[in-house]
Amino acid sequence: MHDAAVDHPKLAAEFTRDKPRAHWHDATLWFVRHKRDKAAQSLPEWETLRETAGAIKAHTMAHLADYLEQFERAATRLGAHVHWAADGEEHNRIVLELLEQHAARRVVKSKSMLTEECHLNPFLEEHGIEVIDTDLGERIVQLAGTPPSHIVLPAIHLKKEDVGQLFHEHLGTTAGATDPKYLAEVARGHLRDKFMRADAGITGVNFAVAETGGLIVCTNEGNADLGVSLPKLHIASMGIEKLIPRAKDLGVFLRLLARSATGQPITTYSSHFHGPRPGGELHIVLVDNGRSELLGSDDFRRSLHCIRCGACMNTCPVYRRSGGFSYRSTVPGPIGSILAPARDPAKYHSLPFACSLCGSCTDVCPVKIDLHHQLLTWRGEIAREGHLPATKRIGMKLGRIVLARPWLYKLLGAWARRIVPRLPRILVYNRLNPWGRQRELPPFPRESFRDQYHRRHDKPRQDTDRHS
Amino acid sequence: MGQYRRPPVAVILMVWPPTAMRPANQGQGLGGNVGVLPIVAGTGRPTREAGAIDHRNRISPVVGDQPALPAEARSGTGLAGTRWIARRQFWADSRTPVNEMATVGLFIPCYVDQLYPRVGMATLELLERAGYEVVFPEEQTCCGQPMANTGCSADARPLAERFLRIFSPFDYVVAPSGSCVAMIRHHYDEYLAEVPGFAELKAKTFELCEFLTDVAGVTKLPVRFPHRVGLHQSCHGLRELRLGSASERVEPPFSKVRQLLATVDGVELVTLQRPDECCGFGGTFAVAEEAVSCLMGEDRVADHEGAGAEVLTANDMSCLMHLDGLIRRQHKPLRVMHVAEILAGYPL
Repeated sequence: MHDAAVDHPKLAAEFTRDKPRAHWHDATLWFVRHKRDKAAQSLPEWETLRETAGAIKAHTMAHLADYLEQFERAATRLGAHVHWAADGEEHNRIVLELLEQHAARRVVKSKSMLTEECHLNPFLEEHGIEVIDTDLGERIVQLAGTPPSHIVLPAIHLKKEDVGQLFHEHLGTTAGATDPKYLAEVARGHLRDKFMRADAGITGVNFAVAETGGLIVCTNEGNADLGVSLPKLHIASMGIEKLIPRAKDLGVFLRLLARSATGQPITTYSSHFHGPRPGGELHIVLVDNGRSELLGSDDFRRSLHCIRCGACMNTCPVYRRSGGFSYRSTVPGPIGSILAPARDPAKYHSLPFACSLCGSCTDVCPVKIDLHHQLLTWRGEIAREGHLPATKRIGMKLGRIVLARPWLYKLLGAWARRIVPRLPRILVYNRLNPWGRQRELPPFPRESFRDQYHRRHDKPRQDTDRHS
Repeated sequence: MGQYRRPPVAVILMVWPPTAMRPANQGQGLGGNVGVLPIVAGTGRPTREAGAIDHRNRISPVVGDQPALPAEARSGTGLAGTRWIARRQFWADSRTPVNEMATVGLFIPCYVDQLYPRVGMATLELLERAGYEVVFPEEQTCCGQPMANTGCSADARPLAERFLRIFSPFDYVVAPSGSCVAMIRHHYDEYLAEVPGFAELKAKTFELCEFLTDVAGVTKLPVRFPHRVGLHQSCHGLRELRLGSASERVEPPFSKVRQLLATVDGVELVTLQRPDECCGFGGTFAVAEEAVSCLMGEDRVADHEGAGAEVLTANDMSCLMHLDGLIRRQHKPLRVMHVAEILAGYPL
């Protein structure tokens, strides 16, 4: 399968065309970022927590194979079944087999970016299994027939009017109704029915503890608990990077996760699963899907520290103004722009450039991933692998040729400063000049700095006289 | 900061050669300063290529030009009676006499050189007034950041190499740009990690404001700028050089740029809704992601406008070039000025 390259600038330009909506999107996410700031500021030890979390993750990644095996042993001891999946395809196959063994036709699923990454829903639907996302935001985008646009706030791109319309079409709410309480109430009723009739529950995993073999799933709606408490079969899908060594490390991450994600001190539910519930079955699917390759990369290993809080999206000035779909990747935003090219650099080559290198993501990240530096590193990789557009490649080569030769640099500078101001406007401001589409060019002064410097210093006597 | 310390040899250089041995007319030829200049303090290495020396002759040590100098200013007068001493009086409480002979290699980013000469001159004047000898090495062009940020390392490398060659001889390297300094301090490792002299270059390269506060010890700027000013905290200065506290982090609030601006008589700093959001310039990002870049810029301008700023200032002219482009296209009443222009006492 050959996918067309994602053209982020084009998709972003489409998003910004509806300016009021783009501003609304920006303001909505900034509100979340602002809440996060207040929550972070409430903990004087915030920076120490970040430092500690980063160190725990770095340690875990350095010993990942050992910890995975330790986790498998501990989880098995608790009565869970552990499966290993090399990629998304294998993950989906394992899940399907488990469902078929249990003759499960109806599945409820709590939020899991991993199952999005593996495209589990369409796969199961192809095999005649009904999958219902039970997180409200996820259910909304599922009804809309789109992927989530944000990893924590899946339907953040939709206004309540959009949701009202969607619910009217799918759940029979009153036409034109936009009252969030009413809409949520209807969704609850609809989902309650799905929970009651489910044959199996699938959850994601926020943290898995190597020492105990336990899993932790964080939700605000309690949908993970409900989804695995009614049916007998619980399948938990987790990326291999979700491990932490010890139960006592969990506190560090739980304090950081919700504060970073939404500004809450903690998610409403932090559900701990240690083995299957009495009479039930717990299957844990450990998924690699490209992660060991990242683990082997000195440049990008740290991207595996990510706890999927979404803070880098909320703070990213580009994400806020281009929307999650402009990335065309399961995980959008800064972290997604690191993970996606690792999967397919040809397809996602524009993502590391969808960034002004402002560094806000790096400062906001609760596990101290140096996101913007990794994005910069990706740019180098993309150039080396030959995915850079010709304009940039040639432009930079020409730039180097000129800038390595002061005489040429000075000559071209002098010409530009002389000629550009004299050109008719149409020759300067046209389709070939993206700078000038919405912006004036800088003024072109008669003299450069070095001209003025020379003029000043070539007349030292007068200069001195003036000052004496 | 300010860890760079001149070795004791500098003391010898300050008094050698004796004034009497120097030609009276410093305006012609190289002779006058050769006794001082070709040696880097403490290393015994030649300071710089001959070509770079000539303009230093403007510092004309005409003894007697400064009749009323107090003893404190006279103590370090290896180049007796030079203009910088007169300047030192003007900025009297700005700094301690430790660095009196230190030479600053003035690093003017390429686009500032070509498009914003006033910013370069303001930087030059500020450094001179702070008591430094300032040299603009003629061979400099660009630090290579546009290439590096586009991923074209092969194109950036030769520019990094020549930058090191050109700026190695100086005691300090100072630029009116957080972004270009961040390039040298944080991103040159890829090209120069093992090259002799690079570690020293990194340690002695400063953004203008941090140099004034941390090295020169400037605490008060005797200039006036009676306007409402919005400070845009350029990202690379803020988050790469840590010139101030970032809103994302939990740390005591500070800002070296604001600290300097606050000492300027008449400046009224306005309060922004978003104190440190990116303006959307981002180098080639400004062109490649034109739509998002311009929307980001518009939002920044609106924030400053809403806060009642007359002047939008920053320590990176690139941000201001982008914002000014939007401001002028939309005929907004705001004006942009580099922070160096305000600190140097230039009028609006």
